[in-house]
Amino acid sequence: MPTPHNTEAAATMTTAVIDHHDAPEHEEHHSSMPIDNRKLAIWTFIGSECLFFASLISTFLVYRGQSLKGPGPKDIFSVPLVTFGTAVLLFSSFFVVMALNGAQEGNRKKLITWLSLTVLAGCFFIGMQVYEFSHFYHEGMGYTTNLFSASFYTLTGFHGTHVAIGTLWLATVLKDAIKGNVPKEKALNLELAALYWHFVDVVWIIIFPVVYLMSLGS
Amino acid sequence: MAAHAVEEHTHTSASKYIQIAVVLFALTALEVLLYEACFGHLKESMPGLASSLGPYFVQLLLILSAFKFWLVAMFYMHLKFDMKVLSWVFGFSLVIASVVILALIALFTYNRTLWWIGGVKW
Repeated sequence: MPTPHNTEAAATMTTAVIDHHDAPEHEEHHSSMPIDNRKLAIWTFIGSECLFFASLISTFLVYRGQSLKGPGPKDIFSVPLVTFGTAVLLFSSFFVVMALNGAQEGNRKKLITWLSLTVLAGCFFIGMQVYEFSHFYHEGMGYTTNLFSASFYTLTGFHGTHVAIGTLWLATVLKDAIKGNVPKEKALNLELAALYWHFVDVVWIIIFPVVYLMSLGS
Repeated sequence: MAAHAVEEHTHTSASKYIQIAVVLFALTALEVLLYEACFGHLKESMPGLASSLGPYFVQLLLILSAFKFWLVAMFYMHLKFDMKVLSWVFGFSLVIASVVILALIALFTYNRTLWWIGGVKW
């Protein structure tokens, strides 16, 4: 049987739990280390992604020059187009870091402007890759045409998927920012997405010379 | 804690980010120029440069890429200013990833060598 004393204690505990969930401290997800849990998690995830892309890059490298029939890299690659796409992706990393700078300063206009540019750059890169893939397909290079095509499409396709996911993630943060839901205290929400975006950028920093320039130069 | 994190990140100013973006762009341009000088349109106009840089093309590209990678990781991903444990997490993953790449290349090159002398086929 609940006594008035027990009921009062339960009510106090319930209020305490609600207060705890409403408190801004709850957003920080602290662990025993002086670092946010979510930040540690995204870095661990990025670490696992390094292994994923390492396996794809090494597959591309071991199959390089092993195709029995064409088309090969020299028949289809266009350096100017990919260089432009690379520059856009590099600049998008700059855009997102400026957006984060705006978020940390509590400057909403700066955040929205730079984040919009980042999302646009992401969309441009995806568009470039779709154009490139469709062009290669019309040139006679399907997924199963040869070892080069299979390893090339797998590696760059997975990277493109990561870019698409990153763009979507940043677009949701942009939506929140437009609604005013990314105040200075919640800048970490953008920082996590930005870390993922930078990772996608550094993977391309490896893919561009290894897949495009070295294949053309070999 | 959050205020402390914000303070750490604002150590890198907007002008620093711009400088890094310019360096990254310049390094990418240098990579493409290197390719053009060794194998592309500039090869015929600068044959001396092509013959001297050509043998080191892959090594030079890898050095330039590694420097770009380092710049993005240190400044844009804030590893230089964040807690060391994050650098260790990322660094450890990079070491394992490098070992995976080298091991797979070594394994396949070895098998291919055997195949060429009539050994293992894969």
